[in-house]
Amino acid sequence: MNTWIEKQRHLIDFTLASLARRKGKNLGLLFIYTLLVFVLASVALYTHALRTEAQKVLAGTPEIVLQRLVAGRHDLIPPGYIEQIGRIRGVQKKEGRLWGYYYDSVVKANYTFMAPRDLKIERGEIIVGPALERSRGLAAGNGISFRSYSGELHTFIIADVLPQNSELVSADLVLMHEADFRAFFKYPEGHFTDVAMSVANPQEIKNVAIKLMDSLPDSRPILRDEVLRTYASIFDWREGIMLALLSAAILAFGIFAWEKAAGLSAEEKREIGILKAIGWETGDVIKMKFWEGLLISLTAFFAGYVAAYLHVFHFDAILFESVLKGWAVLYPRFTLPPHIDGLQVATLFFFTVFPYTAAVLVPIWRAATTDPDTVMRG
Amino acid sequence: MLELTNIRKAFNQGRHNEYWALDGIELAIPEKQVTALRGPSGSGKTTLLTILGCLARPTEGRVRLKGEDISGLPERFLTEIRRQTFGFIFQQFNLVRGMSAIDNVILSAYPTGRPRKDLLLKAESLLAGVDLGHRRDAKVEWLSGGEQQRVAICRALINDPELLIADEPTANLDTRLSKEFLAILERLADSGRTIVLTSHDPMVVESDVVDFIVSLRDGKIVDEK
Amino acid sequence: MIFQPAIIALLLAAGLSLFMLLVASPFAVQVIRHWDIASGSEQQLKLERLTYLFSTLVAFVCLVQILAALLFVFNADKMSVMFVGAMCAVGALNVNAYGFPALYLQLALFFLAALWLAINHADSRARDYPLVKLKYLLLLAAIPLFGLSLYLQLQYFLGLKADVITSCCGSMFSTDAPTLASEMSALAPQPALLGFYGTIAAAVLLSAWHWRQRGDLSGYAAGLGSLAAFVAAIAGILAFVSLYIYEHPNHHCPFCILKPDYDYQGYWLYVPLFAAAAAGMSAGALRCFSRRPSLVHVVPQFTARLAGIAALGYLLFALVASLMIWRSNLILLD
Repeated sequence: MNTWIEKQRHLIDFTLASLARRKGKNLGLLFIYTLLVFVLASVALYTHALRTEAQKVLAGTPEIVLQRLVAGRHDLIPPGYIEQIGRIRGVQKKEGRLWGYYYDSVVKANYTFMAPRDLKIERGEIIVGPALERSRGLAAGNGISFRSYSGELHTFIIADVLPQNSELVSADLVLMHEADFRAFFKYPEGHFTDVAMSVANPQEIKNVAIKLMDSLPDSRPILRDEVLRTYASIFDWREGIMLALLSAAILAFGIFAWEKAAGLSAEEKREIGILKAIGWETGDVIKMKFWEGLLISLTAFFAGYVAAYLHVFHFDAILFESVLKGWAVLYPRFTLPPHIDGLQVATLFFFTVFPYTAAVLVPIWRAATTDPDTVMRG
Repeated sequence: MLELTNIRKAFNQGRHNEYWALDGIELAIPEKQVTALRGPSGSGKTTLLTILGCLARPTEGRVRLKGEDISGLPERFLTEIRRQTFGFIFQQFNLVRGMSAIDNVILSAYPTGRPRKDLLLKAESLLAGVDLGHRRDAKVEWLSGGEQQRVAICRALINDPELLIADEPTANLDTRLSKEFLAILERLADSGRTIVLTSHDPMVVESDVVDFIVSLRDGKIVDEK
Repeated sequence: MIFQPAIIALLLAAGLSLFMLLVASPFAVQVIRHWDIASGSEQQLKLERLTYLFSTLVAFVCLVQILAALLFVFNADKMSVMFVGAMCAVGALNVNAYGFPALYLQLALFFLAALWLAINHADSRARDYPLVKLKYLLLLAAIPLFGLSLYLQLQYFLGLKADVITSCCGSMFSTDAPTLASEMSALAPQPALLGFYGTIAAAVLLSAWHWRQRGDLSGYAAGLGSLAAFVAAIAGILAFVSLYIYEHPNHHCPFCILKPDYDYQGYWLYVPLFAAAAAGMSAGALRCFSRRPSLVHVVPQFTARLAGIAALGYLLFALVASLMIWRSNLILLD
């Protein structure tokens, strides 16, 4: 056992010295390898963080949201509609919600206006999200005017700014009193945008939804779990598409690694010939090359992953934020909660180390089976 | 020590340019003696030396090392035997450039897994024995031809071989260095090692160090004395 | 199909493994037909050189299979959020009929790969490579299995539809469902506990015996003991070890213990268990060759070492399981 360990130490020693002797070639490979890991890891870390963020955000939303449809389009909930639902077993709370979009031509962005039930806001006052605070240069106590769709100018005092920590959803939010909301949008009295319901037992949600469809055929219940699943699969899908696009890069990297491993310089060939002649066996050379591959792979993997981690969590993924995230004009500026996931690291490993190893296997074997008598044949 | 029976070695077997580099060699290498192989180029000297040194397997025939038949052994075991029994000195020295003299010396002991500390001690004493103690950390490409060969000799001795194989050892040395080499050779022979070498050089072949001369021509032994 | 990185990675691993073996198969046929160790012909030398490529390649494929098995379970667990009713890997694997067969085959490939590597190791230490033809026959025979594995995984992943309502570990390992898994879960804790410790102790002792004694009888006994202990260990995890970890009298799931919610405790159980089972069973299988003249000295030494690994692995497994039971707040037995 000790001789085995000692032997591996010798092989690693030799490998390190041999890598150092060919710095140029190996640094090139290491750089490209690291770059590949960096890009893939950035995609993975970023989408994963978005997914967790979305899950965290949705965790606070109601289990079921009921919309009314007219001709297949979302329409307002008329007065008395909620009462029609009547009592459904398992539904703890149901309430109408008021919210809508407002286009601000000054900064050319959409805001979400909302009249919350559980937050006390005085008439004439609003609470705004952090993105609004930035784009319009607002602070608590300032006044702001919005021109409503009917052409009137409404002025509000900013009572407060929402905290940063859940900026992904709250960035473009404007909260106001119900009466202000109805006045601003000329929203008919007694009407609501949709109905939020909370259901305590997760097993019951599906049944509640079926009962809702029965009693209100023109309604569309939206289940939180379904939204979660859709989000999860959309993020997965985006990540998958990115990977599919990047698979060309992985393939190119594989070919590059093959080239590098197959295109041994005359000097390297001579070295392997010498080793074979003075008592190294094919297996020893393969082991030596295996250590070489492992050292390069681990270095590249570690460096690439750390760089990607810094890129995503400390530099806000500046390189491809717009590809993976955005659909709104007001980009939420948020720092994702750092998160490392075992499955993700394992997957990344499969996408990088596995193709590399597969690509260099045959060239390594070719080199290692150099006949020991070649050095004597000049 | 080494016995060859009816050794034949083919190259490009089964193709139109097939040729037999060795054809029916019968040879016994006596223990603790110096045997020289000589012959014109293309006579099969080097091929015979590779088979004697277990660097290659014969296409046909038997090789016995101390009575044990080793001709059918796969490379893995042949290499093990070679490492334990043989030391090699090549015409081109074949040192790994970019590594220090001492690292080159211990290189052929790596697969044995002996502790590095022991190897370094051993290599130091070997280098000191050929007056290279002060050059141990010099990169081999900065050494002179004679020094390089002495490093190569140390490398051949690191695993304590019973048998030394040298291929044209003086081909790259001038007369003075060749004389030095012969002195070292004599010391090695006196220490009880079996030595087989090939050479064109009359200075080597006709020196008193050599006990037996085997002459080859066209893959056959034509003379032994 | 759900387009997801881990799934692509798994399919890539299965596909590339199969591809490499397929590319290698003509050479395997050559080895089987033309291998003649006594010959020094150039063809024989070429074949000998090729064996190095195969050993490296198969070792690589085996390593990939081990990692893929882990990734497969890991991924199933992660996917469970997408299916109604699925709370862990069991639910995700139950989404269609291919999930569990794919997992079982993946595990079977892991053991086969380990056995092949063990045979390869023993063979390459005998001076005449006595098992070389057998090795390559086994390799050819395994190719359809690798193909089947790829097929099952493809069917499984293609058949994943997020709107399927699946049943999860609660129903599969509940004590009144009529499946083998639930039979195991339904074992009363006390006899299960006795069977668990009894079988594992037997395996440890038999392996240790073989480690000392190195004979044929003890070798086969250690192999069979390892097999029995593997079954007993899985049954034990289902029947009571999992309960202690979850601290819940009815949660019999072998996968949830791998989750971060339970501090990945499952890996402490499964890694020594699978290592011990692979080593022990390989030791038993290798005894079949102990009478070959050139293996007479190689096999006993190697199987003894494998048995040593098996004994240590099972011992470690039993200790870890006991520690988990001891630390738990759940009381099943007085």
